[in-house]
Amino acid sequence: MTARISRRAFLKGSVTIAGAMAASAPVARAAKAIGKDKKEHIATLIDISKCIGCEECVYACQKANQAKYPNPEKPFPKMYPKRVPIEDWSEKKDVTDRLTPYNWLYIQNATAIVNNEEIELTIPRRCMHCDNPPCVKLCPWGAAQQEDNGLSKINSDICLGGSKCKNVCPWDIPQRQTGTGLYLDLLPSFAGNGVMYKCDRCYNRLEKGKVPACIEACSENVQIIGKKSDILKKAHTLAKKINGYIYGEYENGGTNTIYVSPVPFDKLNNSIKKGKGKPHLGKAKDSMALGNNIAKAMLIAPIAGIAAIAGKFYRASKENK
Amino acid sequence: MEKENSIMPLFYKITLFFLTLSGFGQMPIFKRYYIADIPGLGWLANFHITHLMHYIFAGIFISLVVYSSLDFIIFRIDSARITKIIIIKIIIYLGLIITGILMIIKNFSGTPFSPNFIILLALSHFLFCILLLFFLGYHLTKKFKT
Repeated sequence: MTARISRRAFLKGSVTIAGAMAASAPVARAAKAIGKDKKEHIATLIDISKCIGCEECVYACQKANQAKYPNPEKPFPKMYPKRVPIEDWSEKKDVTDRLTPYNWLYIQNATAIVNNEEIELTIPRRCMHCDNPPCVKLCPWGAAQQEDNGLSKINSDICLGGSKCKNVCPWDIPQRQTGTGLYLDLLPSFAGNGVMYKCDRCYNRLEKGKVPACIEACSENVQIIGKKSDILKKAHTLAKKINGYIYGEYENGGTNTIYVSPVPFDKLNNSIKKGKGKPHLGKAKDSMALGNNIAKAMLIAPIAGIAAIAGKFYRASKENK
Repeated sequence: MEKENSIMPLFYKITLFFLTLSGFGQMPIFKRYYIADIPGLGWLANFHITHLMHYIFAGIFISLVVYSSLDFIIFRIDSARITKIIIIKIIIYLGLIITGILMIIKNFSGTPFSPNFIILLALSHFLFCILLLFFLGYHLTKKFKT
């Protein structure tokens, strides 16, 4: 069977294809405009050379966020299949040497050689609050959220504890507590496993015009908070002054936590203890970049459909002649 | 034309299969339920890979839908009968594409969608997927019976 087209159909086809081409243009323009008009993020600068490792920030964080910590119901539901891990930190609330659902900030220790002298450095570690956080973007239910000011947080009322956010985070930051959250009201044995917890940069304090508890408690002024452009300027000035190094500006495509250190970060990364709840200080490529580049390339998808039908239309009109 | 009539449904089937598979791969279930342990399916536990796959097959799906829609408008609208089944299919496809495009836009840095809107998007995209599966299941059962 050959597709035959009349004069009327020819005109209709031409108009339809032209219309479809025109309709795809605003979509392309809209996609191009994405991200151009965004609000400026708030960032923090952490001057590692000032930190004395007193852990005041750690305790201030725990005190300020006490009300947000989990209160798991026990016994935990039996999990199927058996491989699903039960993660219970409710009996280990005092742990401060790593990230846990009850400890969103901890101090990492590193030793390094500066001017032929071995020095010890202490580094406050918590969520980096990425510019385009994979934990937020790839959360299947939108439980991880990013605010206009750039901070990311996990809504404990709707998080199911699947731990995908931890899996896609370049630093494995979020930590799970079993036996709490929405999954208990759904299919507790078969889907979900608690709630994920991490630093939310004291969003409730920021809303009241206060600074995060860790910044307020620090007697050494290790951290400062402000507009990202100002923080980056200060970070570069400081790095130049101490002949230092910057971490967090480009990692994972850019973050809102900028570290300045007198020691190269690859050396610090070799020195610190890494592992579960203990994030690295190494390279982190932009984990959302490839997906977003493919998304931009997807603009040709409707055009490919239009081109294919235009080809069919051309063949049909040629055969008709 | 005959060749096209047999190839297009096959394209749709392959695309919808991989779209659904990679879509479900966005939830942490394949590792939990040992599916990613099956030799050759380990990639189903890698969220970045399933994410990219979902995008690629979404692009192919959009091309197919645009092609079929224009083909219908240009060549078949005068002779075709628009049944309830076709209308349901159009609604489901449109729902999936629109919510899917909005979710892709959401994944760019600095998108202005509110957290509640993002939850609504995620749930409605999932709902349209479930509707599609029911629709395909119903269609297959009917076909099998006849």
